[in-house]
Amino acid sequence: MAFLELEKLSKAFGTHIAVDGLTLGVEKGEFVSLLGPSGCGKTTTLQMIAGFVEPTSGAIRLAGKDLVATKPAKRGLGIVFQSYALFPHMTVTENVGFGLEMQGVSASERTTRVGETLELVGLAAFAGRFPRQLSGGQQQRVALARALVIRPQILLLDEPLSNLDAKLREGMQIELRQIQRTVGTTTILVTHDQAEAMALSDRIVVMNHGKAEQIGPPHEAYEKPATAFVANFLGKTNLVNGTTVRPERISFATSGVSGALAGTVRTRIFQGNHWLYQVETASGLVTVIRQNTGDNMPGEGATVHLAWAP
Amino acid sequence: MRATPYLMSLPALVLFAGVVIVPLAMTMLLSFHDWGQYKGIEPVFILKNWQEVLGDSYFHEMFWRTFRIAFFVTLLAAVFGAPEAYILNKMKSPWRGIFLLVILGPLLISVVARTLGWALLFGGNSGLANKALMNMGLISAPLPFMFTETGVIVALAHVLMPYMVLAVWASLQRLDPQIENAAVALGAGPFTVVRRIVLPQVMPGILSGAVIVFALAASAFATPSIIGGRRLKVASTLAYDEFLNTLNWPLGAAVAVLLLFALVAIVWGANRLVERRYAQVFG
Repeated sequence: MAFLELEKLSKAFGTHIAVDGLTLGVEKGEFVSLLGPSGCGKTTTLQMIAGFVEPTSGAIRLAGKDLVATKPAKRGLGIVFQSYALFPHMTVTENVGFGLEMQGVSASERTTRVGETLELVGLAAFAGRFPRQLSGGQQQRVALARALVIRPQILLLDEPLSNLDAKLREGMQIELRQIQRTVGTTTILVTHDQAEAMALSDRIVVMNHGKAEQIGPPHEAYEKPATAFVANFLGKTNLVNGTTVRPERISFATSGVSGALAGTVRTRIFQGNHWLYQVETASGLVTVIRQNTGDNMPGEGATVHLAWAP
Repeated sequence: MRATPYLMSLPALVLFAGVVIVPLAMTMLLSFHDWGQYKGIEPVFILKNWQEVLGDSYFHEMFWRTFRIAFFVTLLAAVFGAPEAYILNKMKSPWRGIFLLVILGPLLISVVARTLGWALLFGGNSGLANKALMNMGLISAPLPFMFTETGVIVALAHVLMPYMVLAVWASLQRLDPQIENAAVALGAGPFTVVRRIVLPQVMPGILSGAVIVFALAASAFATPSIIGGRRLKVASTLAYDEFLNTLNWPLGAAVAVLLLFALVAIVWGANRLVERRYAQVFG
């Protein structure tokens, strides 16, 4: 029996079905991402686990106990919101200590635990500041510390990195993963960013129209997508003669290799660590990604032969 | 051209000076003139009116009553208006729009009409509400409402409530929509959420609403003159009487100018306090 179980979970808003019979088991300590485009039901699922939205049907069990019957305030879950939702009138220390105060933890223990958690997220020096006086990344860490300090059974992350710029986001991904490993909290991340989901998760749940299209480790979902939707959502794909091929798996072969597909380079874009090609072939336009190894690459208008392992 | 912005705002400045600054300055000047029953207004410079207004206990009582009424009106408006705005903000459409209209609708009706409504409900033995309550046997004598301070306070609070609701509503709009969920997830009950999370954040809204309501209540004329009448005068009805009944314009001018200065001082002080207290947190 899994630590957190969602069983045939459904939610309908009027006639619109947001989540449609989702079944998922999350093991203790696991990092699972709900991934999908906006409106796929991932956020509604998270809100049902948090207790802000009541399921239309189905069950949520945490460690064998029914969670739906538990009030949101009594669920003991740590949540990091997309907007962070920090309390603007409280200092960093007061923000992080709020959950402990609600649990009736003594002032002295509160000080210790808040200090430890701020140390964990690297914000010990900012304890006395107000949220407004912090950068986006720092606010994000306060939100994480506030969720972790209550030692939640589950950590729920709702698009936590989407408000950060690209560079900061990558840094925070690595840090988030390290922190999660350190504290070992079971974590559920909701995101529309497939790179983020793949970088952080033990398993990903690719969702579309309220249903799970595929549940599995990121590598498996990327290499063996169960559906065309999963294949497209997780990365660029080519559909050549009925088979899907990832662009980075196609190489330029010397002419005459059996099975190679002849074509003409339509566009070539340099992207630093790789080249992005659009090649015109008899079976349509094919996208090719080649590592930048420093070698000479075929230019626009050149005739090339494309080959890939089946 | 550097002078262009000033030149362009010149028409507005001339209008402002013409209809606000000049009359105010003339009223100020008037308050230093002399007046007598038979000689009328004498354009001299004396301090008689100011000595009377500042020294006579009759005027002290009048001003003290004006600000006491304004204070309780503000308190009532805050106690009822702030929760009203909070509940309104929680409503879903279309109810939110409908009830916002219900709350703001009275602003479209004349203050005189609204105040007369109160008079019809509670005016002595023939007041509708009084009659009904007496017929039901709940009260033996009509509730005193007309010519009482309580009556003026209740009617003014009703008239000025929308301003408080609007001010609090505006500050509720700036709240992070997830902030209450964040507090709930950390284990806070509904009462704690309001007291520890929502109230501190809408406090600037409540205070700015209070400044508006206080200023309007202290300078209100129609409601105190209908409910309070001659028996229960406040600063504005006093100034009116001096001008139009006693015809002692200089004394009326002194009362009006004093009311203006006292209000400016209170509003300015309250604003300073709010800014100093909240600048660091909310910016």
